[in-house]
Amino acid sequence: MPQYMTFQPKPYRPRMSAYWYLDQWHYLRYALRESSSFFVAYFCVITLIQIAALKAGPTHYAHFQALMRCPVVIVVNAFALIFILLHAVTWFLLVPRVALRQMLNKPTPDLIASAPNFMVWFGATVIVALFILGVF
Amino acid sequence: MSSAKRSNEPIVWFLFGVGGFFAAYFLPIHIALYGLAFPLGLAADPGYDKTYALLQNPLTRIYLAVLLTFCFFHAAHRIRLTLSDILNMRHLNTILAFVCYGGAIAGTVCALWMLAVVH
Repeated sequence: MPQYMTFQPKPYRPRMSAYWYLDQWHYLRYALRESSSFFVAYFCVITLIQIAALKAGPTHYAHFQALMRCPVVIVVNAFALIFILLHAVTWFLLVPRVALRQMLNKPTPDLIASAPNFMVWFGATVIVALFILGVF
Repeated sequence: MSSAKRSNEPIVWFLFGVGGFFAAYFLPIHIALYGLAFPLGLAADPGYDKTYALLQNPLTRIYLAVLLTFCFFHAAHRIRLTLSDILNMRHLNTILAFVCYGGAIAGTVCALWMLAVVH
């Protein structure tokens, strides 16, 4: 080994724990928010199964409804709803913070900036619910 | 002529962003009704005939096609980044991208194929 390399400093590589997201509440919240994607994919697949059952006929749709009544599926759906609500709220609070401040060049209160998103969310929810419930 | 390799990142980030809005605006009510309220008897299930009639409407099928397509790509991109960053699976990045985006493409094709024709 050449002499000039004897005291060569080694590159600093901090070791990261496999459970780093448990170190702080902010990290855990980030991990939980990102995990909502698994439930988005899950319910998209459930919707595909529902469409296939609808196309296959009343008997298959009754099987789909029986599957949805299964306690395990109800628990998973409850978790899916909680995680996707977490996604929705964090998404609506985050996006205007990025977009509006770039346009206005000044800080905008989060609640005011994200209020239109929450209003659109409420409107979309009511319209879709009325269609699904057969009111329209 | 520039020989710089063009990144495909803007495409996946665009699909992720739009899918994030669709998932946030529309998925909660779908899960609340079909996943919880109807199975638990908290709301009256409209039943097969009304639900099938709703699916026969072309606007419903366009809505579902757009919703499912963007949500699949949103989920694929975020699942890839979640596994890569949170579970330290960066060394499997190529395989993760193949599985996640491949799954999203498969889901999208399946949805479009099923929604294309409803008699």
